Amino acid sequence: MAYVPLADQDDAHALHDPQSFVTKYIWSQDHKVIAIQYGGVAIFVGLIALGLSILMRLQLGFPDTISWIDPAFYYQAVTMHGMIMVIYLLTALFLGGFGNYLIPLMCGTRDMVFPFLNMLSFWFYLVSVIILLASFFVPGGPTGAGWTLYAPQSISHGTPGSEGGILLMLISLAVFIIAFTMGGLNYVTTILQARTRGLTLMRLPLSIWGIFTATVLGLFAFPALLVSAIMMAFDLVLGTSFFMPAMMELGTQNDYEGGSPILFQHLFWFFGHPEVYIVALPAFGLVSDVISTHARKNIFGYRMMVWAIIAIGGLSFMVWAHHMYVSGMNPYFGFFFATTTLVIAIPTALKVYNWVLTLWQGNIRLNTPMLFAIGFIFTFVHGGLTGLFLGNVVIDVPLADTYFVVAHFHMVMGVSPVLVLFAALYHWYPKVTGRMFNETMGKVHFWCTFLGTYAIYLPMHYLGFLGVPRRYYEMGNTDFIPETAQALNANITLAAIFVATAQILFFINIFWSLRNGEKSGGNPWGATTLEWQTPDTPPKHGNWGDELPSVYRWAYDYSVPGMEKDFIPQNEPGMEFEKPRQQKGMEAL
Amino acid sequence: MSFYRDVTKKPWNTVGLPEGIEPRPAFNMPNEKVALIFFATCASVLFSLLVVSYFIRMTVGDWVPLATPSMLWVNTGALALSSVCFHFAVLQSRKTGAVRFGSGAGLLSLAGGLLAIVFIAGQYSVSEQLLAAGHGLRVNAANAFFYLLTGIHVIHLLGGLWVWGKAQVRLAIGTDAKDARLSLELCAWYWHFLLVIWAILFYLLAST
Repeated sequence: MAYVPLADQDDAHALHDPQSFVTKYIWSQDHKVIAIQYGGVAIFVGLIALGLSILMRLQLGFPDTISWIDPAFYYQAVTMHGMIMVIYLLTALFLGGFGNYLIPLMCGTRDMVFPFLNMLSFWFYLVSVIILLASFFVPGGPTGAGWTLYAPQSISHGTPGSEGGILLMLISLAVFIIAFTMGGLNYVTTILQARTRGLTLMRLPLSIWGIFTATVLGLFAFPALLVSAIMMAFDLVLGTSFFMPAMMELGTQNDYEGGSPILFQHLFWFFGHPEVYIVALPAFGLVSDVISTHARKNIFGYRMMVWAIIAIGGLSFMVWAHHMYVSGMNPYFGFFFATTTLVIAIPTALKVYNWVLTLWQGNIRLNTPMLFAIGFIFTFVHGGLTGLFLGNVVIDVPLADTYFVVAHFHMVMGVSPVLVLFAALYHWYPKVTGRMFNETMGKVHFWCTFLGTYAIYLPMHYLGFLGVPRRYYEMGNTDFIPETAQALNANITLAAIFVATAQILFFINIFWSLRNGEKSGGNPWGATTLEWQTPDTPPKHGNWGDELPSVYRWAYDYSVPGMEKDFIPQNEPGMEFEKPRQQKGMEAL
Repeated sequence: MSFYRDVTKKPWNTVGLPEGIEPRPAFNMPNEKVALIFFATCASVLFSLLVVSYFIRMTVGDWVPLATPSMLWVNTGALALSSVCFHFAVLQSRKTGAVRFGSGAGLLSLAGGLLAIVFIAGQYSVSEQLLAAGHGLRVNAANAFFYLLTGIHVIHLLGGLWVWGKAQVRLAIGTDAKDARLSLELCAWYWHFLLVIWAILFYLLAST
């Protein structure tokens, strides 16, 4: 079938004007409504995971003070906390939430290219969350196998949730992956095909590059999780032996034979490591835009930032077995994966340098989004550096399964993306609602969260060096752990409760500001990208009124010498020209 | 390569509409085809991982290869014919410019879909025969892989049949001729893809 250029296509077909309350807000096909639906459900389920982490910390800090937290519940809380945070909160909020909201607006389109599929994506996501939460109510409760769901632990008798919880988890993951695939196909196709006139790939804001690359990673990595989930479900329900070996279970011989638990680990981490970047890359993109806007300076080394995102995306498929150094695999494998792991640090470090250099001599506005963005640079550098320790086999072996690992991954893919989420939520809040939030409350929220998370995770590194093992319900008679470690644990718990409580400020702020916040206008930050140039704020259905915008420049024309304003929106026409080559020093970047 | 050319540009140097006033999508094809390419790549990863798992699991000592039922050759023929029908349906529709229910292209696409249904019925029948012969899922991992691989392949084909079914309804009603033609092209691409996947799976099952 002949290709019809976008300009010649009937524009009306994209506008599926919703008429009733149900089509406008419930079965909505509008990307902005779907984004808010995704965001709302993700934050709701994230709060459940936050609550579970506090219960875990209460057990660790003050063992046996809450009688109903028994070992089974503890492991269930650990598992559900991890899985919810990684998949159902971070992945869903970055891609389903911010991806949905920002892609059409930043690309200058009226909506996603497949709005119906987009709507289905959200409803499948909601169903996956409901199935996941349903596992709290089945006999035996949710699975307690750890978020990695390692076989044979996860489906062996005696593991909490091996009755029904694990099956619901596997079904929920499969449904989530279907939801993600429907959404992901929309995101990549919209970005590649539906950009407005003048918006070349290299004029895209880094948010879009991050979301795009993360989506491609997701499309190629989630099949690994789907394969492992299906095979594990076969082992569980049909009695096959893909992953399950013959072994003794609670004193009796099980019915399995010859399954390979290591195969499960390979499949899981082939998904699991790209998953880190599925979360991190959108965060990298969003934070780049926040930093550039509030530093009133173009992003330093835009082209390198794009290449770094692509390079990180590619390399992320070559490092998975660094999660498996202690699984008994061939040591030469370990050497290979240690090398690739260290190589991926290069483009990642490059990004960090470029954020710092963007701040250098910028006209920095230390408002709430910027504070969170700068806080992210700190926590990300911190978590990244400990990653270099753990990427090396000889250092990883003694530190594996200690609190050092817990501290590392929470800093790098827990706290860091969450700080970006807050930066982004505050940054785009005026566009979504048309109101400003309370700046003072936002700043208090930042300092409580930023300092509080350091109070939680910095001591955990030390606990790890002491050899305190992770995943333990309680320490028991472990002579090599001094009593002071328990005092540290109690303090960590208090800090965790403090940080969790501080999040109330965020919710008070966003809900209070919905009615009482100052009106923001269309572009309160003086930002250049297209979403700030919509004729209405919040943008109406169809986003752009009668005519789609044209893009005349890249996304980072801040503080251009000789200009009156310190920013030039992407859709502002200018004389067509190629800048002269006297900026030689800059061109290398 | 245009992608390489695009990502080596220096966007800060240029102001205006460098590519003219037309929006420039990355690929000169309908969005549905772009999405299908991504989906097929995604499905290829899925099948590749299954194949890798198959090889890894094979190395464990308890592996007993499953004798390939000869009916699989018949089923393979049906799928190949189905793919050929879709191919000619597309060629025909390009020639005539329109697709109608009773036209050559319409009939070929109808035959393509029906042959795919024959393939699925054949795969089901093979499974029944194997189960009746005592080659159950639990008996050996090779058996389990047979059902897993063929089952996931059939599920993908059922997804294709859903799109095919919608296209047939469109053809029967006679509306949306443009959409119906695109659906046929998508079906043809997808059928070719699933035929290649099946050929690889069949070779794997027959040779190990």
